Amino acid sequence: MTKNTSPSQTNILVEPDRIGSSVSRRKFLHYAGAASGLVMVASACKKDDNNMDSGVNLGSGDTGILNYAYALEQLEAAFYIQVIATPYTDISDEEKMLLTDIRDHEIAHREFFKAALAGGAIPALEVDFSTIDFTKRDSVLGTAKAFEDLGVSAYNGAGPLITSADYLTLAGKIVSVEARHAAFIRDLIAPGSFVGSDVIDPTTGLEISKNPSMVLSIAGKYIKTKINASNLPS
Amino acid sequence: MNLLNIFEEIEKVDPEFNERISPRRAAIRNMAGFGKKVALSALPLAIGTLFQKAYGQTAPTDVNTILNFALTLEYLEAEFYTTGVATTGLIPAGTPAVAALTLIRNDENNHVAFLKSVLGTNAVAKPTFDFTAKGAFNPFSSYDVFLALAQAFEDTGVRAYKGQAPNLLSNKTVLAAALNIHSVEARHASHLRQMRKARGANQKPWITGKDIGGLPAAAQPIYDGEEIDTQANVKITGISANGVTISSTAASEAFDEPLSYEEVLSIATLFIAG
Repeated sequence: MTKNTSPSQTNILVEPDRIGSSVSRRKFLHYAGAASGLVMVASACKKDDNNMDSGVNLGSGDTGILNYAYALEQLEAAFYIQVIATPYTDISDEEKMLLTDIRDHEIAHREFFKAALAGGAIPALEVDFSTIDFTKRDSVLGTAKAFEDLGVSAYNGAGPLITSADYLTLAGKIVSVEARHAAFIRDLIAPGSFVGSDVIDPTTGLEISKNPSMVLSIAGKYIKTKINASNLPS
Repeated sequence: MNLLNIFEEIEKVDPEFNERISPRRAAIRNMAGFGKKVALSALPLAIGTLFQKAYGQTAPTDVNTILNFALTLEYLEAEFYTTGVATTGLIPAGTPAVAALTLIRNDENNHVAFLKSVLGTNAVAKPTFDFTAKGAFNPFSSYDVFLALAQAFEDTGVRAYKGQAPNLLSNKTVLAAALNIHSVEARHASHLRQMRKARGANQKPWITGKDIGGLPAAAQPIYDGEEIDTQANVKITGISANGVTISSTAASEAFDEPLSYEEVLSIATLFIAG
Protein backbone atom coordinates (compact mmCIF):
# COMPACT_ATOMS: atom_id res chain seq x y z
CA MET A 1 0.00 0.00 0.00
CA THR A 2 2.96 2.30 0.23
CA LYS A 3 4.30 2.03 -3.30
CA ASN A 4 2.41 5.04 -4.61
CA THR A 5 3.00 7.26 -1.62
CA SER A 6 5.24 10.26 -1.65
CA PRO A 7 8.02 10.57 0.95
CA SER A 8 5.80 12.66 3.20
CA GLN A 9 3.14 9.97 3.24
CA THR A 10 5.19 6.99 4.35
CA ASN A 11 4.54 5.01 7.47
CA ILE A 12 6.91 6.88 9.72
CA LEU A 13 5.17 5.99 12.94
CA VAL A 14 5.81 2.36 12.22
CA GLU A 15 9.46 2.86 11.46
CA PRO A 16 10.75 3.44 15.01
CA ASP A 17 10.15 -0.22 15.84
CA ARG A 18 12.45 -1.37 13.14
CA ILE A 19 14.97 1.28 13.94
CA GLY A 20 14.91 0.52 17.63
CA SER A 21 15.63 -3.12 17.03
CA SER A 22 18.04 -3.01 14.16
CA VAL A 23 20.03 0.19 14.24
CA SER A 24 22.84 1.03 16.60
CA ARG A 25 22.09 2.55 19.97
CA ARG A 26 23.71 5.76 18.99
CA LYS A 27 21.35 6.20 16.11
CA PHE A 28 18.46 5.28 18.33
CA LEU A 29 19.49 7.96 20.77
CA HIS A 30 19.60 10.49 18.00
CA TYR A 31 16.18 9.42 16.88
CA ALA A 32 14.71 9.23 20.38
CA GLY A 33 15.70 12.78 21.11
CA ALA A 34 13.89 13.95 18.05
CA ALA A 35 10.94 11.66 18.25
CA SER A 36 8.45 13.78 20.09
CA GLY A 37 8.13 15.65 16.85
CA LEU A 38 6.93 12.52 15.13
CA VAL A 39 3.35 13.13 16.11
CA MET A 40 3.36 16.53 14.51
CA VAL A 41 4.96 15.23 11.36
CA ALA A 42 2.53 12.34 11.24
CA SER A 43 -0.45 14.59 11.68
CA ALA A 44 0.48 16.28 8.46
CA CYS A 45 0.47 12.98 6.61
CA LYS A 46 -2.43 12.03 4.41
CA LYS A 47 -3.85 8.58 4.63
CA ASP A 48 -3.08 6.45 1.65
CA ASP A 49 -6.40 6.09 -0.09
CA ASN A 50 -6.61 2.74 -1.71
CA ASN A 51 -10.02 1.69 -2.87
CA MET A 52 -8.67 -1.28 -4.77
CA ASP A 53 -8.65 -3.42 -1.62
CA SER A 54 -11.74 -5.35 -0.65
CA GLY A 55 -12.67 -7.73 2.12
CA VAL A 56 -13.37 -7.06 5.77
CA ASN A 57 -12.29 -3.51 6.49
CA LEU A 58 -10.66 -3.11 9.90
CA GLY A 59 -11.43 0.59 9.87
CA SER A 60 -9.31 3.53 10.90
CA GLY A 61 -7.89 5.12 14.03
CA ASP A 62 -8.11 3.37 17.38
CA THR A 63 -11.14 1.41 16.20
CA GLY A 64 -9.04 0.01 13.38
CA ILE A 65 -6.33 -1.08 15.81
CA LEU A 66 -8.88 -2.69 18.13
CA ASN A 67 -10.38 -4.55 15.17
CA TYR A 68 -6.87 -5.63 14.18
CA ALA A 69 -6.39 -7.05 17.69
CA TYR A 70 -9.87 -8.57 17.53
CA ALA A 71 -8.94 -10.33 14.28
CA LEU A 72 -5.80 -11.84 15.85
CA GLU A 73 -7.69 -12.90 18.96
CA GLN A 74 -10.31 -14.57 16.76
CA LEU A 75 -7.53 -16.55 15.13
CA GLU A 76 -5.95 -17.58 18.43
CA ALA A 77 -9.25 -18.46 20.08
CA ALA A 78 -10.37 -20.60 17.13
CA PHE A 79 -7.04 -22.41 17.20
CA TYR A 80 -7.10 -23.29 20.91
CA ILE A 81 -10.79 -24.24 20.78
CA GLN A 82 -9.81 -26.84 18.20
CA VAL A 83 -6.73 -27.91 20.20
CA ILE A 84 -8.88 -28.68 23.24
CA ALA A 85 -11.74 -30.19 21.23
CA THR A 86 -9.35 -32.65 19.56
CA PRO A 87 -6.29 -32.93 21.84
CA TYR A 88 -3.11 -34.23 20.28
CA THR A 89 -2.02 -37.81 20.86
CA ASP A 90 -0.82 -38.55 24.40
CA ILE A 91 -1.34 -35.00 25.67
CA SER A 92 -0.42 -34.85 29.36
CA ASP A 93 -2.92 -33.67 31.97
CA GLU A 94 -0.66 -30.73 32.76
CA GLU A 95 -0.41 -29.61 29.14
CA LYS A 96 -4.13 -30.04 28.61
CA MET A 97 -4.90 -27.98 31.71
CA LEU A 98 -2.63 -25.11 30.74
CA LEU A 99 -3.67 -25.15 27.06
CA THR A 100 -7.27 -25.03 28.27
CA ASP A 101 -6.33 -21.97 30.33
CA ILE A 102 -4.89 -20.36 27.22
CA ARG A 103 -8.05 -21.21 25.23
CA ASP A 104 -10.13 -19.48 27.87
CA HIS A 105 -7.83 -16.45 27.92
CA GLU A 106 -8.06 -16.09 24.15
CA ILE A 107 -11.84 -16.45 24.18
CA ALA A 108 -11.93 -13.79 26.91
CA HIS A 109 -9.78 -11.48 24.78
CA ARG A 110 -11.86 -12.09 21.68
CA GLU A 111 -15.17 -11.55 23.44
CA PHE A 112 -13.82 -8.48 25.21
CA PHE A 113 -12.93 -6.82 21.89
CA LYS A 114 -16.24 -7.84 20.38
CA ALA A 115 -18.11 -6.24 23.28
CA ALA A 116 -15.89 -3.15 23.43
CA LEU A 117 -16.15 -2.53 19.70
CA ALA A 118 -19.90 -3.17 19.72
CA GLY A 119 -21.34 -1.96 16.42
CA GLY A 120 -17.86 -1.15 15.11
CA ALA A 121 -16.63 -4.72 15.34
CA ILE A 122 -15.66 -6.65 12.23
CA PRO A 123 -17.64 -9.85 11.64
CA ALA A 124 -16.41 -13.31 12.58
CA LEU A 125 -13.49 -14.36 10.41
CA GLU A 126 -13.23 -17.72 8.70
CA VAL A 127 -10.03 -19.53 9.62
CA ASP A 128 -8.03 -22.03 7.62
CA PHE A 129 -6.20 -24.58 9.73
CA SER A 130 -5.66 -27.06 6.92
CA THR A 131 -1.89 -26.90 7.38
CA ILE A 132 -2.11 -27.90 11.05
CA ASP A 133 -2.18 -31.54 12.17
CA PHE A 134 -4.14 -31.33 15.40
CA THR A 135 -3.24 -34.94 16.26
CA LYS A 136 0.48 -34.15 16.47
CA ARG A 137 2.02 -32.36 19.43
CA ASP A 138 4.79 -30.87 17.29
CA SER A 139 2.33 -29.38 14.81
CA VAL A 140 0.03 -27.96 17.49
CA LEU A 141 2.76 -26.50 19.69
CA GLY A 142 4.68 -25.18 16.69
CA THR A 143 1.56 -23.33 15.56
CA ALA A 144 0.83 -22.14 19.09
CA LYS A 145 4.34 -20.74 19.32
CA ALA A 146 3.96 -18.98 15.98
CA PHE A 147 0.62 -17.45 17.01
CA GLU A 148 1.76 -16.33 20.46
CA ASP A 149 5.04 -14.82 19.28
CA LEU A 150 3.15 -13.14 16.44
CA GLY A 151 0.56 -11.80 18.87
CA VAL A 152 3.21 -10.27 21.12
CA SER A 153 5.03 -8.67 18.21
CA ALA A 154 1.71 -7.41 16.83
CA TYR A 155 0.54 -5.77 20.05
CA ASN A 156 3.98 -4.23 20.57
CA GLY A 157 3.97 -2.88 17.04
CA ALA A 158 0.42 -1.57 17.34
CA GLY A 159 0.89 0.13 20.71
CA PRO A 160 2.47 3.29 19.31
CA LEU A 161 -0.35 3.52 16.73
CA ILE A 162 -2.97 3.86 19.48
CA THR A 163 -3.97 7.39 20.53
CA SER A 164 -6.15 6.63 23.56
CA ALA A 165 -4.34 6.05 26.86
CA ASP A 166 -7.10 3.69 27.97
CA TYR A 167 -6.84 1.54 24.86
CA LEU A 168 -3.06 1.51 25.16
CA THR A 169 -3.38 0.25 28.72
CA LEU A 170 -5.86 -2.42 27.61
CA ALA A 171 -3.47 -3.57 24.90
CA GLY A 172 -0.74 -3.67 27.53
CA LYS A 173 -2.89 -5.79 29.83
CA ILE A 174 -3.31 -8.34 27.06
CA VAL A 175 0.16 -8.36 25.50
CA SER A 176 1.95 -9.41 28.68
CA VAL A 177 -0.43 -12.36 28.99
CA GLU A 178 0.34 -13.28 25.39
CA ALA A 179 4.03 -13.03 26.27
CA ARG A 180 3.49 -15.37 29.24
CA HIS A 181 1.76 -17.79 26.86
CA ALA A 182 4.56 -17.45 24.30
CA ALA A 183 7.29 -18.17 26.84
CA PHE A 184 5.37 -21.14 28.22
CA ILE A 185 4.74 -22.66 24.78
CA ARG A 186 8.35 -22.12 23.74
CA ASP A 187 9.53 -23.83 26.92
CA LEU A 188 7.23 -26.77 26.17
CA ILE A 189 8.88 -27.17 22.77
CA ALA A 190 12.45 -26.46 23.86
CA PRO A 191 13.05 -25.82 27.56
CA GLY A 192 14.87 -22.55 28.08
CA SER A 193 13.82 -21.02 24.75
CA PHE A 194 11.48 -18.44 26.33
CA VAL A 195 13.56 -15.51 25.07
CA GLY A 196 14.99 -16.88 21.84
CA SER A 197 17.06 -14.64 19.61
CA ASP A 198 14.37 -15.02 16.93
CA VAL A 199 12.02 -12.91 19.07
CA ILE A 200 14.35 -10.87 21.29
CA ASP A 201 17.13 -8.75 19.84
CA PRO A 202 20.12 -10.20 21.71
CA THR A 203 22.02 -6.90 21.60
CA THR A 204 19.32 -4.76 23.21
CA GLY A 205 17.15 -7.28 25.06
CA LEU A 206 14.11 -5.78 23.28
CA GLU A 207 11.31 -7.83 21.74
CA ILE A 208 11.23 -7.53 17.96
CA SER A 209 7.88 -5.95 17.11
CA LYS A 210 6.02 -6.14 13.81
CA ASN A 211 3.77 -3.65 12.09
CA PRO A 212 0.24 -4.63 10.97
CA SER A 213 1.14 -5.35 7.36
CA MET A 214 3.94 -7.71 8.43
CA VAL A 215 1.67 -9.43 10.93
CA LEU A 216 -1.27 -9.81 8.56
CA SER A 217 0.90 -11.25 5.84
CA ILE A 218 1.98 -13.98 8.27
CA ALA A 219 -1.48 -14.50 9.81
CA GLY A 220 -3.10 -14.52 6.37
CA LYS A 221 -2.02 -18.11 5.86
CA TYR A 222 -4.52 -19.10 8.55
CA ILE A 223 -7.37 -16.70 7.72
CA LYS A 224 -9.64 -17.37 4.75
CA THR A 225 -11.51 -14.10 5.04
CA LYS A 226 -9.80 -11.30 3.18
CA ILE A 227 -8.79 -8.49 5.53
CA ASN A 228 -8.48 -4.90 4.39
CA ALA A 229 -6.05 -3.06 6.64
CA SER A 230 -5.54 -0.10 4.34
CA ASN A 231 -7.19 2.39 6.69
CA LEU A 232 -5.19 1.45 9.78
CA PRO A 233 -3.07 4.22 11.24
CA SER A 234 0.58 4.01 10.34
CA MET B 1 11.59 7.49 1.82
CA ASN B 2 14.60 9.35 3.07
CA LEU B 3 14.81 8.82 6.81
CA LEU B 4 17.61 11.27 7.34
CA ASN B 5 15.55 14.06 5.88
CA ILE B 6 12.73 13.17 8.22
CA PHE B 7 15.11 13.25 11.19
CA GLU B 8 16.20 16.72 10.20
CA GLU B 9 12.63 17.88 9.82
CA ILE B 10 11.77 16.51 13.22
CA GLU B 11 14.66 18.33 14.82
CA LYS B 12 13.47 21.56 13.25
CA VAL B 13 9.99 21.21 14.64
CA ASP B 14 11.05 19.80 17.99
CA PRO B 15 13.22 22.34 19.76
CA GLU B 16 11.21 22.00 22.94
CA PHE B 17 12.06 18.38 23.69
CA ASN B 18 15.12 19.20 25.71
CA GLU B 19 13.45 22.20 27.27
CA ARG B 20 10.50 20.13 28.28
CA ILE B 21 12.68 17.74 30.24
CA SER B 22 14.90 20.38 31.81
CA PRO B 23 12.88 20.94 35.01
CA ARG B 24 13.66 17.36 35.87
CA ARG B 25 17.32 17.65 35.07
CA ALA B 26 18.11 19.35 38.33
CA ALA B 27 16.36 16.61 40.26
CA ILE B 28 18.22 13.97 38.31
CA ARG B 29 21.57 15.66 38.94
CA ASN B 30 20.71 15.91 42.61
CA MET B 31 19.95 12.22 42.67
CA ALA B 32 23.31 11.29 41.18
CA GLY B 33 25.16 13.56 43.58
CA PHE B 34 23.10 12.46 46.50
CA GLY B 35 24.17 8.83 46.18
CA LYS B 36 27.85 9.73 46.36
CA LYS B 37 27.43 11.69 49.56
CA VAL B 38 25.62 9.04 51.53
CA ALA B 39 27.60 6.88 53.91
CA LEU B 40 27.45 3.22 52.98
CA SER B 41 25.86 2.22 56.28
CA ALA B 42 22.96 4.58 55.73
CA LEU B 43 22.19 3.35 52.23
CA PRO B 44 19.32 0.92 52.72
CA LEU B 45 17.24 3.63 54.33
CA ALA B 46 18.53 6.30 52.02
CA ILE B 47 17.43 4.58 48.85
CA GLY B 48 13.78 4.96 49.70
CA THR B 49 14.38 8.63 50.38
CA LEU B 50 16.34 8.87 47.17
CA PHE B 51 13.37 7.62 45.18
CA GLN B 52 11.11 10.16 46.83
CA LYS B 53 13.63 12.94 46.37
CA ALA B 54 14.25 12.21 42.72
CA TYR B 55 10.70 11.63 41.71
CA GLY B 56 8.79 13.83 44.10
CA GLN B 57 5.48 13.25 45.75
CA THR B 58 3.34 13.26 42.66
CA ALA B 59 3.74 10.77 39.89
CA PRO B 60 5.76 12.27 37.07
CA THR B 61 4.73 12.12 33.46
CA ASP B 62 7.78 13.42 31.63
CA VAL B 63 9.59 10.92 29.49
CA ASN B 64 13.07 11.18 30.96
CA THR B 65 11.90 10.73 34.51
CA ILE B 66 9.89 7.68 33.53
CA LEU B 67 12.88 6.27 31.68
CA ASN B 68 15.01 6.79 34.79
CA PHE B 69 12.35 5.07 36.86
CA ALA B 70 12.57 2.13 34.44
CA LEU B 71 16.36 2.29 34.49
CA THR B 72 16.40 2.04 38.27
CA LEU B 73 14.23 -1.07 38.17
CA GLU B 74 16.50 -2.53 35.49
CA TYR B 75 19.60 -1.70 37.56
CA LEU B 76 18.01 -3.64 40.40
CA GLU B 77 17.23 -6.66 38.25
CA ALA B 78 20.56 -6.61 36.43
CA GLU B 79 22.60 -6.51 39.62
CA PHE B 80 20.41 -9.16 41.21
CA TYR B 81 20.92 -11.69 38.41
CA THR B 82 24.54 -10.76 37.83
CA THR B 83 25.30 -11.41 41.49
CA GLY B 84 23.23 -14.58 41.57
CA VAL B 85 24.77 -16.12 38.46
CA ALA B 86 28.25 -15.27 39.77
CA THR B 87 27.63 -16.80 43.20
CA THR B 88 29.22 -20.24 43.34
CA GLY B 89 26.89 -22.95 44.54
CA LEU B 90 23.70 -20.87 44.40
CA ILE B 91 22.20 -22.11 41.13
CA PRO B 92 22.34 -25.92 40.91
CA ALA B 93 25.25 -26.68 38.59
CA GLY B 94 24.57 -28.81 35.56
CA THR B 95 20.86 -27.90 35.42
CA PRO B 96 19.02 -25.87 32.75
CA ALA B 97 18.54 -23.20 35.41
CA VAL B 98 22.08 -21.95 34.83
CA ALA B 99 21.44 -21.17 31.16
CA ALA B 100 17.96 -19.74 31.84
CA LEU B 101 19.13 -17.35 34.56
CA THR B 102 22.13 -16.37 32.48
CA LEU B 103 19.79 -15.45 29.60
CA ILE B 104 17.66 -13.34 31.94
CA ARG B 105 20.79 -11.72 33.38
CA ASN B 106 21.90 -10.82 29.87
CA ASP B 107 18.51 -9.33 28.97
CA GLU B 108 18.45 -7.18 32.10
CA ASN B 109 21.98 -5.93 31.55
CA ASN B 110 21.04 -5.15 27.96
CA HIS B 111 18.00 -3.23 29.18
CA VAL B 112 20.23 -1.17 31.46
CA ALA B 113 22.66 -0.44 28.64
CA PHE B 114 19.82 0.39 26.28
CA LEU B 115 18.04 2.77 28.65
CA LYS B 116 21.34 4.44 29.55
CA SER B 117 22.07 4.94 25.86
CA VAL B 118 18.66 6.55 25.35
CA LEU B 119 19.01 8.78 28.42
CA GLY B 120 22.63 9.71 27.80
CA THR B 121 23.84 12.21 30.37
CA ASN B 122 20.36 12.31 31.90
CA ALA B 123 20.68 8.72 33.12
CA VAL B 124 20.60 8.30 36.88
CA ALA B 125 23.48 6.53 38.59
CA LYS B 126 23.00 3.00 39.85
CA PRO B 127 21.92 2.97 43.50
CA THR B 128 23.45 0.60 46.02
CA PHE B 129 21.03 -2.23 46.54
CA ASP B 130 20.25 -4.28 49.59
CA PHE B 131 18.79 -7.52 48.30
CA THR B 132 18.43 -8.82 51.85
CA ALA B 133 15.89 -6.08 52.59
CA LYS B 134 17.57 -5.39 55.92
CA GLY B 135 18.19 -9.04 56.58
CA ALA B 136 14.70 -10.33 55.72
CA PHE B 137 15.92 -12.36 52.74
CA ASN B 138 19.06 -14.33 51.89
CA PRO B 139 18.74 -14.64 48.10
CA PHE B 140 22.40 -15.38 47.46
CA SER B 141 22.61 -18.26 49.91
CA SER B 142 19.19 -19.81 49.26
CA TYR B 143 18.26 -20.75 45.71
CA ASP B 144 14.53 -20.79 46.50
CA VAL B 145 14.70 -17.30 47.97
CA PHE B 146 16.66 -16.19 44.92
CA LEU B 147 13.95 -17.52 42.59
CA ALA B 148 11.22 -16.01 44.76
CA LEU B 149 12.75 -12.53 44.58
CA ALA B 150 13.38 -12.99 40.86
CA GLN B 151 9.71 -13.72 40.28
CA ALA B 152 8.74 -10.78 42.47
CA PHE B 153 10.97 -8.44 40.47
CA GLU B 154 9.73 -9.69 37.09
CA ASP B 155 6.03 -9.60 37.93
CA THR B 156 6.54 -6.12 39.38
CA GLY B 157 8.47 -5.03 36.31
CA VAL B 158 5.66 -6.10 34.00
CA ARG B 159 3.16 -4.07 36.00
CA ALA B 160 5.49 -1.08 36.26
CA TYR B 161 6.09 -0.77 32.50
CA LYS B 162 2.39 -1.30 31.84
CA GLY B 163 1.48 1.47 34.24
CA GLN B 164 3.81 3.96 32.58
CA ALA B 165 2.96 3.23 28.94
CA PRO B 166 0.24 5.92 28.74
CA ASN B 167 2.76 8.52 29.94
CA LEU B 168 4.92 7.71 26.92
CA LEU B 169 2.21 8.39 24.34
CA SER B 170 3.91 11.69 23.57
CA ASN B 171 7.02 9.91 22.37
CA LYS B 172 6.23 7.00 20.08
CA THR B 173 9.81 5.81 19.78
CA VAL B 174 10.30 5.57 23.51
CA LEU B 175 6.86 3.98 23.85
CA ALA B 176 7.77 1.35 21.26
CA ALA B 177 10.99 0.54 23.13
CA ALA B 178 9.22 0.38 26.50
CA LEU B 179 6.61 -2.01 25.10
CA ASN B 180 9.38 -4.16 23.67
CA ILE B 181 10.96 -4.40 27.13
CA HIS B 182 7.60 -4.93 28.86
CA SER B 183 6.90 -8.17 26.97
CA VAL B 184 10.39 -9.49 27.66
CA GLU B 185 9.83 -9.02 31.39
CA ALA B 186 6.60 -11.00 31.00
CA ARG B 187 8.48 -13.81 29.24
CA HIS B 188 10.97 -13.87 32.12
CA ALA B 189 8.14 -13.92 34.65
CA SER B 190 6.47 -16.82 32.85
CA HIS B 191 9.66 -18.88 32.89
CA LEU B 192 10.54 -18.06 36.51
CA ARG B 193 7.04 -18.96 37.65
CA GLN B 194 7.48 -22.36 35.99
CA MET B 195 10.91 -22.77 37.58
CA ARG B 196 9.35 -22.15 40.98
CA LYS B 197 6.46 -24.44 40.17
CA ALA B 198 8.95 -27.23 39.47
CA ARG B 199 10.23 -26.66 43.02
CA GLY B 200 6.80 -26.84 44.59
CA ALA B 201 5.13 -23.46 44.19
CA ASN B 202 1.46 -23.92 43.33
CA GLN B 203 1.14 -21.46 40.46
CA LYS B 204 0.99 -21.12 36.70
CA PRO B 205 2.95 -19.02 34.17
CA TRP B 206 0.13 -16.45 34.41
CA ILE B 207 -1.18 -14.68 37.50
CA THR B 208 -4.30 -16.22 39.00
CA GLY B 209 -6.45 -13.80 40.97
CA LYS B 210 -4.08 -12.00 43.33
CA ASP B 211 -2.37 -15.22 44.36
CA ILE B 212 1.23 -14.73 45.51
CA GLY B 213 2.28 -18.26 44.53
CA GLY B 214 4.00 -19.00 47.80
CA LEU B 215 6.06 -15.82 47.90
CA PRO B 216 6.56 -14.18 51.32
CA ALA B 217 3.44 -12.36 52.52
CA ALA B 218 5.28 -9.07 52.09
CA ALA B 219 4.99 -9.63 48.34
CA GLN B 220 1.20 -9.30 48.36
CA PRO B 221 1.23 -5.72 46.98
CA ILE B 222 2.88 -7.12 43.83
CA TYR B 223 -0.31 -9.05 43.07
CA ASP B 224 -3.02 -6.89 44.59
CA GLY B 225 -5.43 -5.72 41.92
CA GLU B 226 -4.63 -8.57 39.54
CA GLU B 227 -7.92 -10.22 40.50
CA ILE B 228 -10.18 -7.75 38.71
CA ASP B 229 -12.43 -9.30 36.09
CA THR B 230 -14.07 -6.29 34.47
CA GLN B 231 -12.25 -4.52 31.64
CA ALA B 232 -13.51 -1.23 30.22
CA ASN B 233 -16.92 -1.94 31.74
CA VAL B 234 -17.04 -5.38 30.13
CA LYS B 235 -17.54 -8.10 32.73
CA ILE B 236 -15.25 -10.94 31.64
CA THR B 237 -16.38 -13.52 34.18
CA GLY B 238 -19.43 -15.35 32.88
CA ILE B 239 -18.85 -14.62 29.21
CA SER B 240 -20.15 -17.65 27.36
CA ALA B 241 -19.04 -18.63 23.87
CA ASN B 242 -18.14 -21.82 21.99
CA GLY B 243 -19.51 -23.88 24.84
CA VAL B 244 -17.07 -22.27 27.28
CA THR B 245 -18.05 -20.04 30.18
CA ILE B 246 -15.22 -17.85 31.37
CA SER B 247 -14.51 -18.37 35.07
CA SER B 248 -13.40 -15.57 37.37
CA THR B 249 -10.03 -17.35 37.50
CA ALA B 250 -9.59 -17.24 33.72
CA ALA B 251 -10.95 -13.69 33.61
CA SER B 252 -8.25 -12.51 36.03
CA GLU B 253 -5.49 -14.47 34.29
CA ALA B 254 -6.40 -13.17 30.83
CA PHE B 255 -5.52 -9.57 31.71
CA ASP B 256 -2.44 -8.40 33.58
CA GLU B 257 -2.98 -5.19 35.52
CA PRO B 258 -0.79 -2.09 35.72
CA LEU B 259 0.68 -0.65 38.90
CA SER B 260 0.90 3.06 39.50
CA TYR B 261 4.18 4.84 39.93
CA GLU B 262 3.65 5.15 43.67
CA GLU B 263 2.72 1.49 44.03
CA VAL B 264 5.89 0.41 42.26
CA LEU B 265 7.99 2.75 44.38
CA SER B 266 6.48 1.30 47.49
CA ILE B 267 7.32 -2.24 46.33
CA ALA B 268 10.80 -1.28 45.14
CA THR B 269 11.47 0.36 48.47
CA LEU B 270 10.33 -2.81 50.19
CA PHE B 271 12.75 -4.94 48.23
CA ILE B 272 15.59 -2.47 47.97
CA ALA B 273 15.63 -0.76 51.30
CA GLY B 274 13.94 -3.32 53.46
